[in-house]
Parts: sequence; structure tokens; C-alpha cells
Amino acid sequence: MKALCWTGINKLTVENVDEPTILNPSDAIVKVTLSASCGSDLHLLGGYVPGMRAGDILGHEFMGEIVAVGSGVQQRQVGDRVVVCSFLSCGSCWYCLNDLTSLCDNTNPHPGLGEGLFGASTGGCFGYSQITGGFAGSHAEYIRVPHIDTGAFLIPDGVTDEQAVFASDAVPTGWMGADLGGVKPGDVVAVWGAGGVGQMAARAAMLLGAEKVIVIDRLPERLEQVRTVIGAETLDYSDGHVMAELRERTGGRGPDVAIEAVGMEAHSERPDYLYDKVKTALKLETDRPTAVREAIMAARKGGSVFVLGVFGGFVDKFPLGAVMNKGLTLRSGQQHGHRYIPMLLERIAAGEIETGHLATHVMPLAEAPRGYEMFKTKEDGCVRAVFRP
Amino acid sequence: MVNKTAAGIVAGGAVAAIAAVVIRRTAGGGQGSPGHGARWRVVTINLEAADVLPGGILPPPLAELEELIEVRTSPAPGGRGTELAARALPLPDASGDDLPGLIRRALRESKQLLETGELPTNEPQPEGHRPKTPAGLLVDAVTRRSPEEGVL
Ligand SMILES: NC(=O)c1ccc[n+]([C@@H]2O[C@H](COP(=O)([O-])OP(=O)(O)OC[C@H]3O[C@@H](n4cnc5c(N)ncnc54)[C@H](O)[C@@H]3O)[C@@H](O)[C@H]2O)c1
Ligand SMILES: [Zn+2]
Ligand SMILES: [Zn+2]
Repeated sequence: MKALCWTGINKLTVENVDEPTILNPSDAIVKVTLSASCGSDLHLLGGYVPGMRAGDILGHEFMGEIVAVGSGVQQRQVGDRVVVCSFLSCGSCWYCLNDLTSLCDNTNPHPGLGEGLFGASTGGCFGYSQITGGFAGSHAEYIRVPHIDTGAFLIPDGVTDEQAVFASDAVPTGWMGADLGGVKPGDVVAVWGAGGVGQMAARAAMLLGAEKVIVIDRLPERLEQVRTVIGAETLDYSDGHVMAELRERTGGRGPDVAIEAVGMEAHSERPDYLYDKVKTALKLETDRPTAVREAIMAARKGGSVFVLGVFGGFVDKFPLGAVMNKGLTLRSGQQHGHRYIPMLLERIAAGEIETGHLATHVMPLAEAPRGYEMFKTKEDGCVRAVFRP
Repeated sequence: MVNKTAAGIVAGGAVAAIAAVVIRRTAGGGQGSPGHGARWRVVTINLEAADVLPGGILPPPLAELEELIEVRTSPAPGGRGTELAARALPLPDASGDDLPGLIRRALRESKQLLETGELPTNEPQPEGHRPKTPAGLLVDAVTRRSPEEGVL
């Protein structure tokens, strides 16, 4: 079958590979209908996330049809049209039973890697480096899905493929940022980043009762989507007045909840951006936390900051003094999609969450290297390139 | 500091960083460091003790090391199940294999089998061409060893 492989830093190739087989009783094979690019892939592509191996198949946000199931599968069956959570959950460890599914103890075959880097390992994730288990990703005709009973969700009739695919990753990630960030009715929420994740976080904050939601980015077509599709306010950071503008729009307080949806390759006009660029180039720092610093400085006293953007290692000039003196709550995490996806699919079906507009460029899998180039450079208003194997 | 070490191993940073960190962090628990080899290594299993060691019998991955280790269980706080611990017996001749590594792997596999009935794996699975570059071989080696490594 055809699959999109990472072959080196900023190098992708469509290769002919073997088809997956069932290896464990909980497994299923899913024929992929749509598989989307995600901002996280850009960190992998650029070599920022350790543990990539040439030949790794990328892709973790996908939907399709179950074509085979293992002997232990009970809830799902051949023919089911499903969206699959990007992270794997065993459904029976303490973390899975406590709704912290991306921290699953039993789905990562390479636990020593995460333990060495982070002190503990995350659960498994599709197409996301050896650190999350080295599972072959979804930019392929077929994918093996372990623990299909917990990880695959039936797509309601009336929800299109283009809408459903984002319930795998972008929608639950955004929802988690607003939910675990503690958004309450009446809150003012600021979201850094107007990609798929930031847009979904903004929509979630609105649905959780926020009175004002402000999304910060500089790409006009994304800010336009935020205003017209999501229905939130926007703030263009390229004029360099984010802090002053946020103060003005929040009665001098700052946002109650600041959600960072940018990640380790943040861009900025500020001087600290140049500092991080030089330090990461010299390998003295691994990640650029520009938007995290800004979110911490902007948040109101006693407010909370949720870091949805992916970070892989160590950052400099972290404003710990602001966290401490302003009494902030700082939370983060890979997405715990399993707790949210059924509810989110219902909301998508009911028209409460719009997602289809994120699929700005749908193309055959053969064109995926070009799709990633567009997504990386945000060419032609690309928000997410989506592949049809 | 971490990345300086890494840069010395292979140009290209990220790949090497992982190896450097994993190897360095786990070195302290290895066979060669006096005192550490005999440390208790523990996993928490979300089951009652009676289901972890039914009739006092060790789960199969630990049973294979029976002659070389001692094992104990205790209830985990907050209703989190059972803490299953193992450590090397102070035998004169237990050298050769990396016993702490084998204990880590056996504890993890025991937990995985007891909680889910299977071991997480992805071999064999589809993959693209895997060139035998130094960086690639390093990732392969670290990945292969990872069930025996870590902070457990
Ligand atoms: N926590 C999780 O489980 C999870 C899941 C999915 C994605 N992510 C992460 O979320 C982040 C966003 O993902 P995405 O798919 O939306 O990515 P994306 O690349 O489409 O969007 C990122 C956006 O951030 C903007 N940006 C860059 N610097 C900025 C700054 N200083 N201030 C404000 N905006 C800035 C960019 O212009 C871009 O629009 C990534 O880091 C990704 O890895 C995390
Ligand atoms: Zn993602
Ligand atoms: Zn689990």
C-alpha cells in the first residue's frame, strides 16, 4: 500500500509499504478515508521532536472504516464508520479510568524513552515518533488500531467525513484546553494561535460560557475564519501590541484563562524570538516558548494558563516569577480525547461546532509532500491539508 | 547541558539527545553502580493483590526471573490497586545479563498483561525504507532497549 514516510528533516516521501496486520486481540484494521495534517507534524518534520526514524509513517488525525477486528474486540465491528482518537487508551489502567487517557500506562511499547526525557512516559500515539511508541501513522491506505473498542467512535449520520476527521485530534485538544483550563460562564479567554487547535479551543470556550474570546495570530485568512466561522474576536500580533491591546479589551485585568495553541516553533516580532532562534540553532535550547511567555505575562492575577502547544524539551527565560507572584495555575497535556469525543461528535452533528472549514486543502495521498509544504508555509491560506488515500 | 552532550555524539541534535538522556538517566540504575542494582523497582497495578499474585504465584514475565529476584506487594494508597515490587537477590553470580533491565521489563509486562491482557507492540508493522545511518541505528538501538530502560 502507499504511505507517507518521514525520511529526514523536512523530507517526506510517498513509499510502497506492507499492509498492517492484526497483532493483538484488541486490534482492528481501519481503511483510512481521510487523514489530516496537524501542527504537531510540523514539529516532527522539522526535527524538533526527538526519536524520529527515517521510514516512520506520519499521520494521527484520521477517520475511516473498520475492515478487520481482533479476537478480543467487542464494541466495534467490521463496517463501522469511525473516527479514531490520535492517542491510544487501554481503557483499564488508573490513568484511563480517571479520564487522563493520553497518559495511559499500557499503550506505549517504548516507555524508557519518555521516562528518560520526562521522568515518565506518555501513552501511545499514531505516527508520532518513537517516544510515543513508534506506531505507524494514518497517512496510509490502512492502519492498525490497537484498543479499537476504546479508541474508535461511531460517526453520527449527517456528519461528513471532512467534519468528522477533526474530532480525532484538533477538536478534543481545543476542548481540553478550555475545559481543564477552567473556563467558566462569564470568563474572558485569550487564545494564542488560530490554527485548527486554537480555533477549536476558542469555540469550546464560547460553548463553556465565556463572555468574550479573543484569538491572537497574524495570518489574515485564519483570523477571518475565527471571526466568521467561530464567532470570536481577533487580535493581530504583527503590530507588536498584544499586551496593551489585551489590557484594553479586558478592562485592565487580563484574560481569566490564557490558552496557548502555538507550540515550540512560535514566531514573534519581539526580541526574545531572536534570542530563542539563536539558542535553538546552537542546540542550547530545544524549544521556542514565545507564546507561552506572553500568555503567562498577559493572564490576570489568579488566572490560569493552559499550554496546548507541544513542547519537547527545555526552554529559557521562563517567567516563573509571573506564575508565582500572580498566583497563576499552569496546566498542560497531550489531549485526553476519549473523554470528550462522543460529546463533541454530537455537538458537531447539532451544528454547535463547525469543523469542515479547517480542511482547506483536500488532496490525494500521493500529493501529501506538497500538502505539507503548503501547510508548513501556510501558503494559499492552508489551515490543514487533508489526504484521501 | 543535555544537548551539548548530544551534539558530541551525532550532528543533528534531537535524535542524539534522546539517546544521551536515556542512557545517562538510566546509568545510575545499572549493574555497575554499587547499591543501585539492588533497589526495589515498583509498578502500581490497578487490581487487588489477590488478582496480582493469585495463590502467591508470580505473573509469567516475573516467574522467569524467580531464581534471581525477590518480590513483594502492598496495597496502593487511594484505592489505586496494588504495588508490585521486585529486586535482585544478593547472589554472587548474578552478573552477565543486565538484571535491573530485565526486572524493569518483567514488571512492566506483568502490569500490561494483568491490566489489559496483552503487551503493547508494533512489530511487525508497515514502515518505509530505514537507511542504516548512524543516527538511524542509534534510534533503533535505543528503541529496542527502551522496555529495559527508564527510571523505573
Ligand atoms: N496537546 C495536544 O494534544 C495537541 C494536539 C494537537 C496539536 N497540538 C499542538 O498545538 C499547536 C497548534 O497546532 P495547530 O495544528 O493549530 O498548528 P498550526 O501550525 O496550524 O497553527 C499554529 C498557529 O500559531 C500561530 N503563531 C505562531 N506564533 C505565534 C505567536 N507568537 N502568537 C500567536 N500565534 C502564533 C501561527 O501563525 C499559526 O497560525 C502545535 O504546537 C501542535 O503541536 C497539541
Ligand atoms: Zn495533532
Ligand atoms: Zn490505559
